[in-house]
Amino acid sequence: MTALKQDHISGGDSDDISVAAAGMTRAEWLAALVQRRGSLAVLALVVVIASISFGHFATIANAQNIAMQSSFLAIVALGMTFVIISGGIDLSVGSVYALGGVLAAYGMQESSLLGLLLPLAVCGGIGLLNGVLVAYGRLAPFIVTLATLLGARGLLQAITDEGNVTRLMPEGAFLTKLGQGTFLGLGWPVWIAVVLFAIGVVLLQRTRFGHSTVAIGGSREAATLMGLPVARRTMLLYLGSGLTAGLAGTLAAAYSASGVTIVGVGLELDAIAAVVIGGTLLTGGAGTVGGTLAGVLLLKVIQNIINQIGTLSSHYQSVVSGAFLAIVVAVQAYLSRAYLRGRRR
Amino acid sequence: MTDVAVRRDTARRWLRDNGVYAAIVLLIGYNLIFTDNFATVANLNTQLVQVAPVLIVALGMALVIGTEGVDLSVGSVMAIAAAILPLYLGYGLAPAIGLALVAGALCGLLNGTLVAVVGIQPIVATLALLVGGRGLALVFADGQLKNINNAELLDLGTGKASVPLIPLVAAVLAVVAWALVRHTTVGRTQVATTGRTVRPVLLIVCGIGLLLLAVIALSTGTRINVPFIVLIAAVLAVLVWFLVRQTTFGRQLVSVGGNRAASALAGLPVRRVLMTTYVISGMLAAIAGIIATARLTASDPSRIGELFELSAITAVVVGGTPLSGGRVRVLGTVAGALLMQLIAATLIKHNLPPSTAQIVQAAIIVAAVYLQRSRSGGGQ
Repeated sequence: MTALKQDHISGGDSDDISVAAAGMTRAEWLAALVQRRGSLAVLALVVVIASISFGHFATIANAQNIAMQSSFLAIVALGMTFVIISGGIDLSVGSVYALGGVLAAYGMQESSLLGLLLPLAVCGGIGLLNGVLVAYGRLAPFIVTLATLLGARGLLQAITDEGNVTRLMPEGAFLTKLGQGTFLGLGWPVWIAVVLFAIGVVLLQRTRFGHSTVAIGGSREAATLMGLPVARRTMLLYLGSGLTAGLAGTLAAAYSASGVTIVGVGLELDAIAAVVIGGTLLTGGAGTVGGTLAGVLLLKVIQNIINQIGTLSSHYQSVVSGAFLAIVVAVQAYLSRAYLRGRRR
Repeated sequence: MTDVAVRRDTARRWLRDNGVYAAIVLLIGYNLIFTDNFATVANLNTQLVQVAPVLIVALGMALVIGTEGVDLSVGSVMAIAAAILPLYLGYGLAPAIGLALVAGALCGLLNGTLVAVVGIQPIVATLALLVGGRGLALVFADGQLKNINNAELLDLGTGKASVPLIPLVAAVLAVVAWALVRHTTVGRTQVATTGRTVRPVLLIVCGIGLLLLAVIALSTGTRINVPFIVLIAAVLAVLVWFLVRQTTFGRQLVSVGGNRAASALAGLPVRRVLMTTYVISGMLAAIAGIIATARLTASDPSRIGELFELSAITAVVVGGTPLSGGRVRVLGTVAGALLMQLIAATLIKHNLPPSTAQIVQAAIIVAAVYLQRSRSGGGQ
């Protein structure tokens, strides 16, 4: 396991130059490429096939629809990508997402500004709690975020009178417009997701923060020995994940103009699936933000296609998603093993 | 280390190993004094019946966590078992239950193959089935809730077995005595210092004596009514405990969890052990699904087993099994499940909303892992 992690840190993750410098053969280079860009290729393939097979798939309305539905999951998955690259995991995002939406509707009773700031503050606080417990308390992220999954859901139930109150957002308020309005044909949440992903790409590939995230995921011990502020970075990653989940929940609530309490159950699984399908290793130390976007779109396109077929029950969607996830990780495992064999030679 | 540090470390270790039992004793004490209608047979039965499905799933989860893995798919496997049940009830109860169990075993086999042969991390491998399994269950059931009319199955859910009290107590005492001799420091020291082992002949004589006692009690003794579900959970707990502590497989499992590479070098069948473990977890989840269906008197594949993976992991972790593998605490897992149930029951009986129970449970999970921190090395 350590050998695997160290291999990832010594090359093959950040960009093509280091891969070439590491002296890979053509086959290894190809394996690494499939790992990093495979999801994009499959996405393109699925889109092409669907466009040919279904008349209603390649329409502007449908593309707008898919983009809108993807945007919320994409924002959640962005924060998750950073956490997973650092070798952690955040199971609390589904609950935090729901909590964000409910708090937004709660704050909107006062003003739009409060409706935006309240969920960000509380969800950021939960992310910070995760981060402190994982980074400074040195507790297993899996369990810490499992606890906050329960805790955030409990908090949500408490402020909605055990889930009996669904607060509506006033029509025409700024936040409601942000959720429902469009710009150049695409909804504002889509644009927000696009901007966040652009920031995410730069953050991961071009900043010290991003590089240290990858280093921590590759080997926490090595990162500590190198003098990186491991605990502080780790804490910030969970804070970021809490914030993105809260923001996504806020936007989703604004889109539907109500703070629905039952949303977000199992959302963490979709987000993790999208990140893993996007080529990010769950062991940490390697991954791309762009891959996550492709993973999210792939999940939503598959969902869209199953809806298009019509005769298939919607239950097949989760079957296909699950099967897809299993296949992707199996291929990933095979590739990284082939890659390791190549490097040992 | 200074004296104080040593003492603090010892205290923490004691709390880690026995905290769950101490918490149960404290909570029961609190309830006996402050809660009305707590110490009644009806309440005891209700609580035990409620905790049984979680407990059964947690037993399998403890085994998987002992191999340094985790099985997130248990809730979906429960749903699959529940969905299959009504499809074959027409052929009788036994074939229907048999097929549900086979389905559970197949799910476990899939998980085990992905983990042991393909080499995927357990979280992702079982996540795939968690996502896909419930969809599959809904496809089987055509997305519908089906009422169960089979009398035998309904009886399994609500019926009670009349168990004679004296042999039950005798059997429990015998098991406890045996466990004390074989598995505690006190018993081992005793055996070591006296240089004597308990002779098989002696055990057989004791066994015959107990049997005689049982026959006498059966004909005359007092009986108590135990719900079938509780009986099944208890038997499964004993079986899993036996499996871990008394069989080659159990030793292999713990060894693989402790150090997979070393186990492979030592010639243990690592793959087979891992696959068997996931199959057992799948089958236990299927049993829990059947029981939950019988209790609900309906097969509800969209809801059954929801978030059970979390409850099961909680029970295992609170019970003191480290997430880092290499150790399985079956009794601790039972206690962990009981503790979480007791907490929820206590809060509800004092009219606190379920949301508070959730927040308290979250805090307890964090406290439990915090206590384990020193052992597992913590962190990522």
